Amino acid sequence: MSAESTLLYLDGVSVSFDGFKALNSLSLVMMPGEMRAIIGPNGAGKTTMMDVITGKTRPDTGTILFEGDIDLTRLREAAIANLGIGRKFQRPTVFEPHTVWDNLELALKAPRRPLKTLTYAISRDDRARIEEILDITRLSALRGRQAGSLSHGQKQWLEIGMLLAQDPKLLLVDEPVAGMTDAETEQTAELLCSIAGRHSVIVVEHDMSFVRALGVKVTVLAEGSVLAEGSLDAVSANSQVIDTYLGR
Amino acid sequence: MLLRFFLMGLDRKAGIVLAILAILAVAVPVMTLWVPADSPFHLSVFTVSLLGKYLCFALLALALDLVWGYCGILSLGHAAFFAIGGYAMGMYLMRQIGPRGVYGNPVLPDFMVFLNWKELPWYWLGFDHFWFAAIMVLVVPGALAFAFGWFAFRSRVTGVYLSIITQALTFALLLAFFRNDMGFGGNNGLTDFKDILGYDIQADTTRVALFVATVAALALSYMIASGVIASKLGKVLVALRDAESRVRFMGYDTESYKLFAWTLSACMAGVAGALYVPQVGIINPSEFAPASSIEAVIWVAVGGRGTLAGAILGAVLVNMGKSYFTGALPELWLFALGGLFVAVTLFLPKGLLGLGAQLKAKLPGRKTASLPNTQTANQATGQTAGQKGA
Repeated sequence: MSAESTLLYLDGVSVSFDGFKALNSLSLVMMPGEMRAIIGPNGAGKTTMMDVITGKTRPDTGTILFEGDIDLTRLREAAIANLGIGRKFQRPTVFEPHTVWDNLELALKAPRRPLKTLTYAISRDDRARIEEILDITRLSALRGRQAGSLSHGQKQWLEIGMLLAQDPKLLLVDEPVAGMTDAETEQTAELLCSIAGRHSVIVVEHDMSFVRALGVKVTVLAEGSVLAEGSLDAVSANSQVIDTYLGR
Repeated sequence: MLLRFFLMGLDRKAGIVLAILAILAVAVPVMTLWVPADSPFHLSVFTVSLLGKYLCFALLALALDLVWGYCGILSLGHAAFFAIGGYAMGMYLMRQIGPRGVYGNPVLPDFMVFLNWKELPWYWLGFDHFWFAAIMVLVVPGALAFAFGWFAFRSRVTGVYLSIITQALTFALLLAFFRNDMGFGGNNGLTDFKDILGYDIQADTTRVALFVATVAALALSYMIASGVIASKLGKVLVALRDAESRVRFMGYDTESYKLFAWTLSACMAGVAGALYVPQVGIINPSEFAPASSIEAVIWVAVGGRGTLAGAILGAVLVNMGKSYFTGALPELWLFALGGLFVAVTLFLPKGLLGLGAQLKAKLPGRKTASLPNTQTANQATGQTAGQKGA
């Protein structure tokens, strides 16, 4: 398959740490607007895959292209983020001393150079956009609260809101519902589905009911490469997947 | 735009700090020069210079708080920038001595005559002019900080490793400035100053003017620092202090942010040193001693890290304590300082300025609006408030 017209194109990507192959010739293609769920046992390389896409880890071999022609393996984290790739970590990391509003303002798509931020004054459009995101993430009432005092679920939502504020073309979401209540999990699935279309989303998740609620194409990773790909029902029926991951 | 920048940093705390500085700038000259010497309100010139010295240290503490309190860079070498600024001013003051030195050489300072040097080294050129020295006071510490920060931050040296190399930096400079052939007066440093801008440096009016200049520099630096902190750039600094990689994945080039704050801070420290030298009358390599930088860290910790005003308060209080102890019980001062640091770290993690909030949090029946300290309390109140909000 050619890289043209794809949003993200990984081909033959390998990474090893002290001889352990975290990624073993991984290939994956995302189309613009697509949403994809990635599942797999611990150590399958899910987080490492996100690390190589966002520039945290450099692959030993392989190609990673964004929008068909931008080579991500040569760029630093901040440059990759500015291309339009947002990332949400497993553990929610919001800026605890700042208010909910300030967290969103920092994430909001705007010039990122120090001198630009030194003289930044919030515009009417920026204000409206933050209001909108507060509304989507149901944090309007908490805008003045310190982010450090939010509950775990609220922090996860704030972090998703921050990603929306960044307005990335591709969103990488690592275990968004870990530690959430059932109701929160359901709301998060709705939220992510409403985002897809405008943004492409890759979700890494262990929670099968959540993946089912998303109802999107699933890629199963194992030992650093793709084991199976397809709808959740199709991959669940795959005997290899049952052996290595689902078990029993 | 500049006005908006300064106004942005003006909150109530900033108002109090600036008001106190304004009162000092007016009251001290009046009490020294116009109140008669037998009045209880009279201040001696010695006291004025002492206060001026405290405020120079306060400016150093302010500079340190900007990087430590807001960017999480614990510099154990900030006195290096202070000393370099001091040397730049000292070089100007040396040039003002002219032929009035012990050897009466019209071109060379005494220590160069003593070393049998025939001409002025190239790096002393230009220091005859005050404006040149004033620029160097900012440029040399700033350039050193920029170069140091460039390599350190690009290589992603952080935390305790960064602290250690800042300490190494100041120690290396200490050794370098001790060498006679560096051309900065070796271990004697630069001293015996006569004039500054044509005025006798020992005169009462000059001493008072230097004090007022120090207050003005401190006030201006405070306004710049609080403007930076209140801006979006300041919010990015606090964010990267706590979660640097997260800020990076948001598209901010964190290295250039740290470099900005680090260089700005070094320039402020340089100004502090430049104001310090004419008031104490000497600059020598002991200012580079690692202990001076560590002392500055203690001032900030005592006053309250990450508060700006606390840094000023801490520097003044600890140095007042030092003046008292080194006079009354000189052998106990270092024990007192060490004990103070331990006590503050254990009992006052937020310093003197955080004391109020800390006491409030300890009182029973406090309002839920005050911010709880522990993680569990955070989550508990967060959830109840969340349900109300939903």
